[in-house]
Amino acid sequence: MSAWDRFVETFFNAKVMAKYLPDILYGTVVTIELAVAIVLSGLAAGLLLALVRSAGIRPLNWLIIFVVDLFRSLPPLVIIVLLYFGLPSAGWSPSSFVSTWLALALVLMAFAEEIFWAGITSVARGQWEAARSTGLSFAQTLLYVVLPQALRLTIAPLTNRTIAITKGTALGTVVALHEILGMASSAVSNSYNPSPLMMGAGAYLVLFLPVVVAARWIETKFAWKR
Amino acid sequence: MEEIVQSFFNAEIAEAALPIVLAGLLNTILLSLLVVPLGFIGGLVLALLAQARSRAVRWPLMAWVDFFRAFPPLVLLVLLFAGLPFAGLELGGFACVAIAFFLNTGSYYGEILRAGIESIPRGQVEAARSTGLSGLQTMTYVVLPQAVRNVLPDLLSNTLEVVKLTSLGSVVAVPELLFQARQAQSVTYNPTPIVMAAVIYFLILWPVVRLLSRLENRALVGRG
Repeated sequence: MSAWDRFVETFFNAKVMAKYLPDILYGTVVTIELAVAIVLSGLAAGLLLALVRSAGIRPLNWLIIFVVDLFRSLPPLVIIVLLYFGLPSAGWSPSSFVSTWLALALVLMAFAEEIFWAGITSVARGQWEAARSTGLSFAQTLLYVVLPQALRLTIAPLTNRTIAITKGTALGTVVALHEILGMASSAVSNSYNPSPLMMGAGAYLVLFLPVVVAARWIETKFAWKR
Repeated sequence: MEEIVQSFFNAEIAEAALPIVLAGLLNTILLSLLVVPLGFIGGLVLALLAQARSRAVRWPLMAWVDFFRAFPPLVLLVLLFAGLPFAGLELGGFACVAIAFFLNTGSYYGEILRAGIESIPRGQVEAARSTGLSGLQTMTYVVLPQAVRNVLPDLLSNTLEVVKLTSLGSVVAVPELLFQARQAQSVTYNPTPIVMAAVIYFLILWPVVRLLSRLENRALVGRG
């Protein structure tokens, strides 16, 4: 057997791959579910915080800034571990899915709030005043005048940040979540063969490569700096 | 309330765990001092190569960068740590972290530096070359200093992410802050050490986050 054959036999073993394909597919579904949950809840919460912040209630804003800073400075893995291994001592045992989702959604919320807030503040003060003086309410001004302009600016940085945080779903492995990496790792230790790991890597590429390429396109289309 | 304090802010356990956690902090700092420059140099090489005119250089380069941006860093790390031994190559956790970070964060630094280099008007390069500077000298003395300054907030933001990412080392048994905290937690059956690690991360990185959020806001408000 040549070295190449041995390499293929080890890393791309057809038999092992066929056996563990269902596991990897199962993991892929979990990863997708988790990613969708994180993106939806994280972005929504971030937007909500930015909107509340625009109301300008001092003590509330300090609280928002602190929460945002907190989740921007803590490594996501530390938050996941803290939720999963720590919260049971406080009487609540979140599942590995809930821990990973909550941690990453909070991180995305923090980054999204910053980006949305930067977008909102980028709309000139005069536009607020003009809109209010035409008789629009605060909420109407925000909804019809400020947000449409602000959101356009936020698209590029938000996409990049969302991808980076969504890739963190792999961190769920650490708390025994059965997502792609978790399934692949346990398949490797069961089969004594690294092929499942190569499949898992392939699954991540299939999921994320199109998103990264799309983000590159979005970046040129909605460039942050003009 | 009493119970919460006992489990999350237990003074006795904190005292016992402190040396363990601090040893982890030291390793986190050392690890960061290794992987940040490593990733930066990798990124610089990528950004400079991206200036090549030839498509035969630029397309594979773009594919390389996108590949490592699409790949979750933890997957890359596990692939190196658990996959390579099957090819007869047994690297330690530390080496695997270094390689994975070089590949992953290098791609991010590369994209940022490329944007910085491209923000410098072409005329400056031509002017520098016509005064007799070589291509290398133009890059080193004219383009790069301005390019780096233009993308400083992005570079800082990425560096923050890299430092946070060193916590992945815990997965491959590199005794950094999170790993040490988890060791202490599993011995004491109490999450206080993990809370300590979180507090340490926060105290060290909070000033950086504050600075960044100022820089980012200024960049955006300055636009209008």
